Amino acid sequence: MTLSDEDIVNQAARRRLNQLKSLEAESIYILREAAAEFTRPVMLYSIGKDSSVMLRLAQKAFFPGKIPFPLLHIDTGYKFPEMIAFRDSYTREIGANLIVHQNREALEQGANPFVLGTQKCCGLLKTKALLDALAEGGFDAAFGGARRDEEKSRAKERIYSFRDSLGQWDPKNQRPELWNIFNSRINKGESIRVFPLSNWTELDVWLYIHTEQIPIVPLYFARERSVVLRSGSIVLIHSEDELRRGERPQLLQCRMRSLGCVPCTGAIRSQADTVPQIIEEMFSFRRSERENRVIDHDEEGSMELKKREGYF
Amino acid sequence: MAPVAPSDRHDGLTSLLEHHLNKDLLRLTTAGSVDDGKSTLIGRLLHDSKAVYEDQLASVRSSRFNRSGGPIDFALLTDGLRAEREQGITIDVAYRYFETPLRKFIIADTPGHEQYTRNMATGASTADLAVILVDATRGLLSQTRRHGYIASLLGIPNVVAAINKMDLLEYQEDVFLNLQGEFLALARQLGIESVVCIPISALAGDNVVNRADRMPWYEGSTLLEHLETVPLRPDANDDAVRFPVQYVLRPDANFRGFAGQVAGGTIRPGSAVLALPSRQQSRVRSIVTYDGAEPEAFCPMSVTLTLEDEIDLSRGDILVSPENPPRISRNFEAMVVWFHSEPLVLGRSYLIKHNVRAARAKATNIRFRVNMQTLEQEPARELKMNDIASVEFEAANPLFFDPYTRNRATGSLILIDPLSNATVGAAMIETDLAAIAEPLTETAIGWAHWQMPVTLEDRQERHGHASALVLVQDRPRLSVYLERALFAQGFEVLHISAAAIPAGHLRSILKLSRSIGLIVVLSSESVRQQGIEWEAVAAEERFEFLFDLAKQDLPQDDGEAVAAVLSLVGPLRRSNE
Ligand SMILES: Nc1nc2c(ncn2[C@@H]2O[C@H](COP(=O)(O)OP(=O)(O)OP(=O)(O)O)[C@@H](O)[C@H]2O)c(=O)[nH]1
Ligand SMILES: [Mg+2]
Repeated sequence: MTLSDEDIVNQAARRRLNQLKSLEAESIYILREAAAEFTRPVMLYSIGKDSSVMLRLAQKAFFPGKIPFPLLHIDTGYKFPEMIAFRDSYTREIGANLIVHQNREALEQGANPFVLGTQKCCGLLKTKALLDALAEGGFDAAFGGARRDEEKSRAKERIYSFRDSLGQWDPKNQRPELWNIFNSRINKGESIRVFPLSNWTELDVWLYIHTEQIPIVPLYFARERSVVLRSGSIVLIHSEDELRRGERPQLLQCRMRSLGCVPCTGAIRSQADTVPQIIEEMFSFRRSERENRVIDHDEEGSMELKKREGYF
Repeated sequence: MAPVAPSDRHDGLTSLLEHHLNKDLLRLTTAGSVDDGKSTLIGRLLHDSKAVYEDQLASVRSSRFNRSGGPIDFALLTDGLRAEREQGITIDVAYRYFETPLRKFIIADTPGHEQYTRNMATGASTADLAVILVDATRGLLSQTRRHGYIASLLGIPNVVAAINKMDLLEYQEDVFLNLQGEFLALARQLGIESVVCIPISALAGDNVVNRADRMPWYEGSTLLEHLETVPLRPDANDDAVRFPVQYVLRPDANFRGFAGQVAGGTIRPGSAVLALPSRQQSRVRSIVTYDGAEPEAFCPMSVTLTLEDEIDLSRGDILVSPENPPRISRNFEAMVVWFHSEPLVLGRSYLIKHNVRAARAKATNIRFRVNMQTLEQEPARELKMNDIASVEFEAANPLFFDPYTRNRATGSLILIDPLSNATVGAAMIETDLAAIAEPLTETAIGWAHWQMPVTLEDRQERHGHASALVLVQDRPRLSVYLERALFAQGFEVLHISAAAIPAGHLRSILKLSRSIGLIVVLSSESVRQQGIEWEAVAAEERFEFLFDLAKQDLPQDDGEAVAAVLSLVGPLRRSNE
């Protein structure tokens, strides 16, 4: 049977999900699939906008039931206080089971990005903490809110990303992944990172936050904040002892475009203090969202290197 | 990717959002041989449509690796792995996202290298359109044909042949026309209906986003114009309801919902559904979502269904239209693309994941392999990496499927090696080997009956006895008598004279006879001399009983011998309870 162009148009118009709803349907499918196939899945919850969307999708996937896996937050100890406050109140509100993990040992030994460099600091406080937490919990699958449009090595990653027993990613040897059929087979000690938001763009995330009225950390909204300008980035200052020699804080109307650790995530100048304004502002962006993340720029391919070692 | 604002300025934000949400989505994949310029083309497409952020461009500009001879190696916009940059080739598929005022695009830039065909298939499996590149200086290569073949197998409805590197051949029209002719011939051979050929230079940016002054003889669309306007066909998934159950939701004793993504048809409260494999029927009570009850569910919605009746239904089962059910069979034939360096071996057990259902299956026969030079079918005993072949499978449990051309979701599966856990192949189901007639549809009960292939069990029930192999050596007349006597006693029996069967065919005839539950009287003057271990044969062909009359010390008189045999075959009869 061949369809005429008219038939095609009619048929397509008859029942069609808009593209955000299609993305939602795909993500819910992925969440359910992994929740059904793995013994102990866990959701990495980083408190940012992508995590907030992923969390809402998980609520939808298992409604009217509860989310059938815990959330895991890797707290580097350098998160914005607003993030921690938001994390605690929001997860309580929706009745999620939250696990918080820190690499205490490294923190006690004074690990910080100024002394260690961002690569090494991330390695200890994020990657190592994550791998330890996954091992401790015996988790065989971990959901992450990473999107392929964020960064060039993420653009290469599968929805089910296989990790060996050391948590490492081998980008040259990924499993083929056709259609929406996922291979969940692993041996003991190995694991899968599952990325339900793989095909979402930054704009999709914001549109979804808007249409679904998803609560997010207030740092995303523009406000007058105390900051210093430090080697080209706008650094929020919460207390005097974050200042370096010779620095004086100033007030600036600004907001965060993406959330990481305090020392390594810069703010952007912005007037946008509602989600619709943020969306409008996006159309004027000429630079990528991770540009304000110091960690991604240490070296050509640095994100790939971190991911190979087990970073999300 | 940087979003591009609609060109005509919308006054209200609402209409801006509306506009964005209702854009069509086109998923496209690149294809073609190594170095034909796929990544360069995608980089160029993103760059010229202003979809690259400044910092991303700056990092490409300052990269140590640049093979383009110009200021920017556009391939580096998608070749994001270190190994790719170092080697100047694409290893794995890169996904890029961009939009124009007219459409939203998801691009899969795939590798051309033969070794990474599996990654090309990964990127192409979800595409609505394939841009197959041809390097004008090298013409159509066997990898071009392989990718074309895979694109047609995957059912990608639209193909663009981008004849690239026209800059190296002085933008000559003849060159383009020749290659266009060759490509159209290939497309015809592959049964690809919608093909458009565009002469381009990815490096110089001719006919990618901007029209090329240097090819005034070309009057068709640029690549981007074509991508923005080509009619989108809805997925092949047809009208019959298919709802594979992913997850059973049981938050409390009062709620039992079946979560899944609609893979075919439209479901409404009240719709009659048949559950497989239990064959129980029920009706949809409600379509539950976080956002409230839905009046209907269709592809590709992810929803939760509740049913009117308590029926047997769990993950891996499927709800279908009673009047339009899928095939139910353990045996099927599929086109397979083999990904792994370890070959596909007949008789080996693989894990399959078909939809959300996992099962074990083995390949029982390779019908043919496709020769990528000639596209002709050739015999094969195993499949090597990157081979494409038609293969017959036997699964340990029945699968519920449709041909891939009717429903992508219920017609596709992946093959997994049970030892290494590697995904070793992908398969697109063509036909059900049990080759049953179109189901009758008066009632669901009637249907459930008609849809069932006749099994050995069914046949034995009718025959009233088990299958058996009776070996008669050097007594041709006794064989004939025996056949008649057993027949008279109500057995389904067939006398086969080994001497009358061409060499090499005996086993398949025995297999066939066993599969229809016969008692075979096999007579031979030289059963022994052939040195065949009949016990082993009977076991292998799975006859339930073996009678080797040479071991029975039968009377010399044929009549008495028949009576003696009849007294032996009592245990074959099935009791009536
Ligand atoms: N002269 C010329 N060179 C080109 C053109 N397009 C690509 N190239 C060059 O061809 C080489 C291969 O380009 P890629 O874009 O990496 O090819 P590819 O098809 O992506 O290769 P794989 O992904 O490894 O299969 C590079 O050196 C490009 O600069 C073109 O239009 N004209
Ligand atoms: Mg390439």
